[in-house]
Amino acid sequence: MNGTALIHSIIDGILTGSVYALMATGLTLIFGVMNIINVAQGIFVILGAYLSYALSVHFGIDLFVGLAITIPTLFLVGIVVERVFLSRIKGPEKVVMSILVTYAISLVIEGILNMVFSVNYVELQAWYVDRSVRVFGYWLPYIYLLGFALAVVLLGALYFMLYRTRFGASVRASLADQTSAALVGINVKNVSTICFGIGIAVTAAGGMIYGATNAFNASSSYDLISRLLVIIVLGGMGSIGGALAAGVFMITVEDMVSVIWGPVWSSLTFFLILVIILSVRPQGIFGKLEARLA
Amino acid sequence: MSRFKHGWWLLALAIFIAYPLVETNPAYTTIGIFTLIFMACATSWNMFSGYSGYVNLGSAVFYGSGAYTMALFANHLHMAGNGDLFWLVPLGGVVASIIAIPVGLVALRVRRHTFVVITIAIFFVFQLSAINFSFTGGTSGMQLPFIPWFITNYNVPFYYVALGIVVFAALLSAVVRRSRFGLQLLAIRDDEDRAAGLGVRVFAVKLTGFALSAFAVGMGGALYAMFIGQIYPQFVFDPIFDISIALMAIFGGLGTFIGPLLGALVLESTQQLLTLKYSNGSLYLIIFGGVFLIVILFMPQGVVVAIRDAWARRAARRDGRVTVGATVNPGATS
Repeated sequence: MNGTALIHSIIDGILTGSVYALMATGLTLIFGVMNIINVAQGIFVILGAYLSYALSVHFGIDLFVGLAITIPTLFLVGIVVERVFLSRIKGPEKVVMSILVTYAISLVIEGILNMVFSVNYVELQAWYVDRSVRVFGYWLPYIYLLGFALAVVLLGALYFMLYRTRFGASVRASLADQTSAALVGINVKNVSTICFGIGIAVTAAGGMIYGATNAFNASSSYDLISRLLVIIVLGGMGSIGGALAAGVFMITVEDMVSVIWGPVWSSLTFFLILVIILSVRPQGIFGKLEARLA
Repeated sequence: MSRFKHGWWLLALAIFIAYPLVETNPAYTTIGIFTLIFMACATSWNMFSGYSGYVNLGSAVFYGSGAYTMALFANHLHMAGNGDLFWLVPLGGVVASIIAIPVGLVALRVRRHTFVVITIAIFFVFQLSAINFSFTGGTSGMQLPFIPWFITNYNVPFYYVALGIVVFAALLSAVVRRSRFGLQLLAIRDDEDRAAGLGVRVFAVKLTGFALSAFAVGMGGALYAMFIGQIYPQFVFDPIFDISIALMAIFGGLGTFIGPLLGALVLESTQQLLTLKYSNGSLYLIIFGGVFLIVILFMPQGVVVAIRDAWARRAARRDGRVTVGATVNPGATS
């Protein structure tokens, strides 16, 4: 192990971590607004990756151009799933029920993906996937840089939407307190539906980058969702800034551990960090105390 | 009434005892063994998660711990492949309960939503440890002593031991349900802060329930290891196991006594039959997920409560009274 490799791992971690941060932001937004833990987020990422795969293999559409199709598609899928299934969940056990319903949805999608695409691992291909560029003496794959840029652009758009538009104000009001938001005339139901759509739409972008940097099949979703859940818990559930910071932090740490002790230990450390931090700070690093979650 | 009810339980038990005597095809008795293991695990899971409302999606930690206890002790004590190995089954339960204590000390510090996620994280810690450490055999898993029983009768002892675990788990669940301790768990589910305010030592109660519920799951894992003869980390520490147990309990009725037994009986035997007949895992995922979606959206309290409500409405109509509606059993706790 040497210093250069360590710095390299930090750069890689920040670049790939930003993509995880994007996917985790969708998840935490859904939880914050709707009180739904969407464990189907992992399979939606894979669905996004497979859509990009189908477009590039069968129609020869570039991965980034294909996003113009996959992002709206997944947005619509999200809207339909919310309206048909999630809006029916009510009552005191809503969070628990939401986990089970989204898990069942995820099983159905996993089965369909297995049937359509088989269980063989695939990887997205494009000229920028296998090539690297030298930046300040470090070789960085183009796809990491492009993924980072994409994540920054989309997170910027999300920030603009949340903090600079009227709709964003409604979302933030719903995040803070649903009852009060409804009392001042916000249609919380519609806000929830659209938020779920947005939360799922970001997985199209995340899935494309994930598919270009990893070989995947439908069961890769388990690995993904466990990481995403760890990230949003660590960031404090419902906290968007927390999800961003925790996403970049965790993936960077994982990459560093992989360089220092070897890749087999990196995922283990990932989960151990969560366990240790939550033992000290049960509300996560950026979370508020669980008054309203109790 | 009570004696009559016990009669039905004895009848059900008699059917389960008679099953391997009537059905001698090993393929079907194997299904029986798996179904019984899942019935025990789902009942045990429900005894903590169903009563307290803390949904544990890491119960494979206990299952895998039981399985590895069986494998490690059998190998290190150089045990022969015979019925003596069954003595390690309760040991698997003890180890699982002991492991549940530090796990619970960490996981139970947080409230429900975070608890779900942290149990998943702890599950992965265990799975990855089993893969990475050398004493567990890593990815190649562990081999157990070969048991040279004749193929036609091989399954029978396993079946009855599995049935024994089910009876143990069901009795424990029933006893807890009727005890003061069980009421404290239910109080935590309904309102943890108020329960604490009324003098329930919530943390101690949760931790005890958590450790107790690990016992039968650990025994199930140990029996599974012995039955299969070879364990791999990704099969005994399996995320599908975590969720299947929860689905079975909720399918039957979360927090009810009979629900998990029935849910596991129906879902696990169906799954095994489908696998045996069609060996198409993807189709099973779609059917399983679809059925579960329908149940949870239209019968959120589980099949048992839905049937009981329908039955009560029918009885009420027959008596010429006003229909009582779906609130016959609001708590779904019996």
